[in-house]
Amino acid sequence: MATTEQILAAMGEIVNEVAGIPVEDVKLDKSFTDDLDVDSLSMVEIIYAAEEQFGVSIPDEESKNLKTVGDAVAYIERATN
Amino acid sequence: MSSTVVVTGFGATTPLGGDAATTWANVVKGTPGVHALAYDWAADLPTRIAAEAVVDPATLIDRVEARKMDRSTQLGLVAALEAWRLAGFGLDEENPVDPTRLAVSIGTGIGGLHTLIGQWDTQREKGHRRVSPFTIPKLMANAPAATVGLKLRARAGIHTPVSACASGNEAIAQALDIIRAGRADVVVAGGAEGVIHPLPVAAFGQMQALSRRNDEPERASRPWDKNRDGFVLGEGAAVLVLESLEHALGRGATIYGTLAGAGITSDAYDMVAPDPEGRGQSEAVRLAVRDAGLQPSDIKHVNAHATSTPAGDVTEAQSVRAALGDATDGVIFTGTKSQTGHLLGAAGAMESVFTLLALRNRVVPPTINLEDPEDGLGIDIATTARELPAGDLAGINNSFGFGGHNVALAFTNANVTEA
Repeated sequence: MATTEQILAAMGEIVNEVAGIPVEDVKLDKSFTDDLDVDSLSMVEIIYAAEEQFGVSIPDEESKNLKTVGDAVAYIERATN
Repeated sequence: MSSTVVVTGFGATTPLGGDAATTWANVVKGTPGVHALAYDWAADLPTRIAAEAVVDPATLIDRVEARKMDRSTQLGLVAALEAWRLAGFGLDEENPVDPTRLAVSIGTGIGGLHTLIGQWDTQREKGHRRVSPFTIPKLMANAPAATVGLKLRARAGIHTPVSACASGNEAIAQALDIIRAGRADVVVAGGAEGVIHPLPVAAFGQMQALSRRNDEPERASRPWDKNRDGFVLGEGAAVLVLESLEHALGRGATIYGTLAGAGITSDAYDMVAPDPEGRGQSEAVRLAVRDAGLQPSDIKHVNAHATSTPAGDVTEAQSVRAALGDATDGVIFTGTKSQTGHLLGAAGAMESVFTLLALRNRVVPPTINLEDPEDGLGIDIATTARELPAGDLAGINNSFGFGGHNVALAFTNANVTEA
């Protein structure tokens, strides 16, 4: 089972890979679009990279609600634990 | 509004170099850009050679930006930015170009093929949820032009002529029209292609179009030679900055040459075979000379399409003679695909750079591998670098494409600013 910290660290790597955001800027309270400036297509890539990495399914109707890094980490945490 | 269109910048990334200066230095020396394909996928193909771009464009572009681009777009962007900088422009707000007077015209023969096929592979292997959301903007044929337009903030229109191996020349011809019509002061124009992938190598192979001289890659591309056996697939991009003479003079730009005219025709003969009588080719050359306000005797140099296929090369020699008549005797021809391979939709743009620099530097780059010329060609082909005479010079760059597209461009050394 992954901890919040482990999931956050992995999300940091994914967001960095896809969107070039420094890992240390990827924090729980950050909005993907407003704070990290992730465009809509890059957001889709982040979601599917997270699905692959954590072995979870994040349906499109759910991913729409993942506004912040914390939302995504919490969703993955629920789905994996 | 002046109808004179000059070249104020150029860039290229090719099998001979990662920039225009390196490419030009190597093409004048006579440098084979064709090599064996060192990929597992090539092992069982009848053709296992190609002319790859020597510098991976992804290494020159921000990593995150690069992953949103197909290789063809990466190549196009690298060439366009080189041309843009050489023209004296930057990427900030202070450019002396009104964005509403800046257009882009960058052609491609095929488009984002690596992306198209690569994402289909992903979908089959991993399912639709793993298909990149960037697939469509990466694979669309207008992606190189659109990417360059976004980068340079061009607002006067973005165009992508698609006419197979004539695309690069057609893009430049379209730029000429745009400036003459007064729709833009500056047009960034050229071609980009990056399709060295097993499918095109197999498919062109099935057409019997590719050389199979796998044991001697450097000698495989040999336009007009009796032992030629097909073209060699190449990749790369080249881009010109074209500008109205008034605009260029107004900002004190260095002028590298004049794009004096263009001639466009279509064969109405066959999808892939050139008309053996070369009527469309000949008429394209005739129209380019007339459009440029030149006489056949003004033409001192022709950069031929000359792909090294059995059918095309001889026809082209005859069609140019039909257009220029006895003045053909005063023309030095070259077939630079002997060195670069065939860059498809980027070929015309790269060879426009060669034609421009040949006139400016008064040197024709050589056709390599021409050891046993076809009988009765009746043209003077440079097999070593050849000097062009002093005084006014004009040259023609030919490109022909599957579908029966013929585009001839006429360049001159008028208005050149001494280096």
